[in-house]
Amino acid sequence: MRDLRDLAGVSAGGFGELLTAQGLTPQWNTVDQPGSFGAEATTVLALRYNSGVVMVGDRQATEGYNVAHREMEKVFQADEFSAVAISGTAGLAIEMIRLFHTELEHYEKIEGTRLSLEGKATFLARLVRQQLPLAMQGLVVVPLFAGYDREADTGRMYTFDVVGGRYEESLYGATGSGSREAKSFLRSAQEVDLDEAAALALAMDALVFASEQDVATAGPDIRRGIFPTLVVVDSDGFRAIDDAALRKLSTDSLERIR
Amino acid sequence: MSNPFYVPPEQLVKDRAEFARKGIGRGRAIVAMQYADGLLLLAENHSSTLFKISEIYDSIAFAGVGRFNEFELLRVAGIRHADLRGYMYARADVQAKALANAFAQTLGNIFTHEVKPYEVEVLVAELGGSAGEDRLYRVMYDGTLVEEVGTAAIGGPAEALSDYVRADHDPNQTFDEALKKAQAAFTEVQGSSPSDWEGAVLERGGERRAFRRLEL
Repeated sequence: MRDLRDLAGVSAGGFGELLTAQGLTPQWNTVDQPGSFGAEATTVLALRYNSGVVMVGDRQATEGYNVAHREMEKVFQADEFSAVAISGTAGLAIEMIRLFHTELEHYEKIEGTRLSLEGKATFLARLVRQQLPLAMQGLVVVPLFAGYDREADTGRMYTFDVVGGRYEESLYGATGSGSREAKSFLRSAQEVDLDEAAALALAMDALVFASEQDVATAGPDIRRGIFPTLVVVDSDGFRAIDDAALRKLSTDSLERIR
Repeated sequence: MSNPFYVPPEQLVKDRAEFARKGIGRGRAIVAMQYADGLLLLAENHSSTLFKISEIYDSIAFAGVGRFNEFELLRVAGIRHADLRGYMYARADVQAKALANAFAQTLGNIFTHEVKPYEVEVLVAELGGSAGEDRLYRVMYDGTLVEEVGTAAIGGPAEALSDYVRADHDPNQTFDEALKKAQAAFTEVQGSSPSDWEGAVLERGGERRAFRRLEL
């Protein structure tokens, strides 16, 4: 058993620095071969409404022209008041989210207080930046982050680029291969003062719209009972929409978007 | 180079134990007990920001008495230990026994090797799936590790407090009964009722993170 003081002696950095000090940072050796920017085969999007944010993501993972998984989760709870979604290379993205989630909880336990929403987004941007060498070889990971800002009493969301740029979006944000379709849909349909029910329906519509055009994005699969992941973050915290409600939202959207 | 005077090990241990006990005796105590839906931890604490009780992992809580800076170091190291394990393996692989052992090893090392022993006692509480799977580990200043069943107390008047809460302990008592009994223990043992409490519970059957602070 090692002496706990070895751990206590690590400088007061976060969980990431602790991993580095212990030699446990996730590492992928890069090959000396230029790649192309790979497809971020997915659609995840977030939009703001009058008392928070909603986030939705499709469930399909692809390998080239193959469906690798039909029930993959791409939208996760980051902590009590935020959600994070991923697009890009699945293995790298999931590891990034695991590290992000651990870091937020670690900070909260050590400091006795939560990071600010902006602080969380900045930290996530740093994780994206660390992936840059891999991104240059085509192994891209681009997250989408949204949450409820308890100081400002409003929902907020952030998009990122492969070099770790962090951009706050005022109305909606999306990432993945279907994001262009989703955003153009939202640009024409978004209203300023949506309530939660309208926001959920709009988010689902945008995802269905993207799935109609982007082959790497799967819409709701009513036959198999596989629905997009849809979550809400408001002043009461994070909440995932259950399957019964998702079935209704999905069916309604498929009716509207033709 | 001058040789240090020979000190027999019995004397060394006795002196250090006396020193540590004196330091811990000056501090305030903490009581832990089971109730129907979880584990209650209660302390007397005048500060509302410097906590003695805190969350380590999903169903594991930490409580420390004695010098704040010393048990705070153990608390932070404990969280790091737990988060590293959970990250490397799985959340279910983080267990109170390993953590209590690590605290015991650390305090034991410090007791024999350092100039001054730590003047602290810590309690590691783990909520199980049922009352029978709850775990309470008490680690003393010299690294002695004791497993308690149902109730536990650490700090100055720990013995008396422990006797009081252990008598007629009922793991199926309600939360209110448990709180009343824990508060009564302090009043009985100290002769007066403390005015500022710090309390927390590990709640069974709820969310993944079972730790919750109480407003008292």
